[in-house]
Amino acid sequence: MINTWRKLFSKHESIRAYTLLSPALILVILAMASPLLLMVLTSFHTQVSMMEIDSTLTLDRYADFFSRPVYSTLLFRSIKISFLVTLVTLLTTYPLAYYIAFYVKKNKMLWIVLMTLPFWTSYLLRVFSWRVILGHKGVINSALMFSGAIDEPLSFLIYSQTAVVLTLAHAWAAFAILPLYVSLDKIDKSLLEASYDLGCSKFQTFWRVTFPLSLPGVIGAILIIFIPTVGDYVTPQLVGGTDGRMLSNMIQSLFGRANNFPLGAASAVLMLLSVSFVALVVTYITKKVSLRMS
Amino acid sequence: MDDKNFIKINNLSKNFDDVVAVDNVNINIGKGEFFSLLGPSGCGKTTLLRILAGFEYPSEGSVSIDGSDVTDIPANLRPTNMVFQNYAIFPHINVKRNIEFGLRKEKISAEEVNQRVSEALKMVKLEGYENRFSNQLSGGQRQRVALARALVKRPKVLLLDEPLGALDKKLREEMQIELRNLQRSVGITFVFVTHDQEEAMTMSDRVAVMNQGKILQVSPPRELYDFPVNLFVGDFIGDINLLNSEISNIDGKNVKVLINGIGEYTIQAHTIINQNDTIVTGIRPKSINISSNDNKKSDIQVKGKITNTSFYGNLTYVYVSIEGVDKALMLSTAESLQGLSINSDCYLNINLKDIRVIKKNDP
Repeated sequence: MINTWRKLFSKHESIRAYTLLSPALILVILAMASPLLLMVLTSFHTQVSMMEIDSTLTLDRYADFFSRPVYSTLLFRSIKISFLVTLVTLLTTYPLAYYIAFYVKKNKMLWIVLMTLPFWTSYLLRVFSWRVILGHKGVINSALMFSGAIDEPLSFLIYSQTAVVLTLAHAWAAFAILPLYVSLDKIDKSLLEASYDLGCSKFQTFWRVTFPLSLPGVIGAILIIFIPTVGDYVTPQLVGGTDGRMLSNMIQSLFGRANNFPLGAASAVLMLLSVSFVALVVTYITKKVSLRMS
Repeated sequence: MDDKNFIKINNLSKNFDDVVAVDNVNINIGKGEFFSLLGPSGCGKTTLLRILAGFEYPSEGSVSIDGSDVTDIPANLRPTNMVFQNYAIFPHINVKRNIEFGLRKEKISAEEVNQRVSEALKMVKLEGYENRFSNQLSGGQRQRVALARALVKRPKVLLLDEPLGALDKKLREEMQIELRNLQRSVGITFVFVTHDQEEAMTMSDRVAVMNQGKILQVSPPRELYDFPVNLFVGDFIGDINLLNSEISNIDGKNVKVLINGIGEYTIQAHTIINQNDTIVTGIRPKSINISSNDNKKSDIQVKGKITNTSFYGNLTYVYVSIEGVDKALMLSTAESLQGLSINSDCYLNINLKDIRVIKKNDP
């Protein structure tokens, strides 16, 4: 028995590969694939009462979703906010990553660690500290009032979409810096010199060579930020107010107080689909645009 | 401005912190010349080339090209283009777009761009490769793309940074000839950096030998080989037998030297030798004749013993030890070694005109 196994094992590379993969594979199947399937399945059911779910398959929950405008509004808002978060994060972290990759000569690792240092503290703590900064009696408003620039607190700072975008962009910055830095650092410096040599200024070189070559990192950062932030519900809850509520807050309440698991599941499935779609489109456009530019 | 001084490098120095990479260099390069900078790694030749390209600015001195001072002009505004050591082909665009990369800056019609690109492709024999990407090309093809990309700009000077270093021997020799022919047909001034003396010798009109940031000698290849100005150049260029020697007497160009293991002879020096110079004497392997008997037919005859031979097809190298000299003398002969083999006694014939008095110190 053991001998046959040993023979198979040494003969077939695929058996060796799957054996090595099996712990991860089992985890992914148990903890990712099956809950996901369960959720999709639930989205076709009906909540009858508090504890009872009718498991006849139906598309009614999807009809529910589209018949009530609030869901679509929240979905679009989620996508819009995540899109803005992604944009703000990229615009702020790209220059940092660029600086570390091209201008820092020694101790690059130290710089990276310093950049990511704030992210070693708890996510919740960071969201709360943004409340301290943006709040009605927060750092910014008090300073502005003290200096006499304004008479009453700026209301758009906290409990608004701006607050959600700012907080999320800061929270996810570290995840953007790393892929951006890696892709920029990998660029062969002689390519940039070749571009100068062929007549391009530094600015043109950036758009024709550096940026297109850093695209894998940019796309990586886009996906890493966009996908999870769409589903974030802690930040909108804490700094978003009513204006900053996102679909994920609604899903949370459907699985909680509102107690409509099937509708929650349907919303989640629709969110999953739209996020995948938007992510694909963004990736595609980024690639196209950069090819045109070079 | 005359054609002899197309590129003028005046009192050029470059320091990196405490390190002097280029030390007070003066060179004039002619229009349409194939000029090589030759030296061991770290001698400053690449830094000098990068100063010509505008990637580095000199600490002191100036560079002018075609009559105008370019010392402070950045790389993108200079009439020079470069072929990089690793070719630096842009990996995200295809061959055609690589080649037309630099033409976008010039105000020419799309039609002319296409025409110039196809001319360039033809010149480097890469027609049909327009849509390939860098990772689909061999080393030799990449190098051709790099050449085409630079030449399509019609630069006044083409700078080449060890472009053949990454190719295998056979391809390298082919490219040497091709590059030389290409240079002749386009008539552009080439400045070529290499550490391979054979490469510099076979391709160049003139070669500048560099060491430790200094230019030691600027000469046509033949002169460099026959009349090295000092020990470094003599030793770096080709094979040479170096014998410890002492000056006994100097009478103008005629120097009487005591050559270790050979004797005292008066030799006409090709450089000015002073009494306090330390010298060696050098004899090229091709200038030593070997025979099995002592029928004297030259100025000097020495008896020796063959220690080794190596056969190279068209030439045979013979190593002969002679009394009083530590290192066996090396000589090359195109003839067969009738009757001579390892351990046989032999006679070496050398003519005085083939012996060089070479200074150990800088010229």
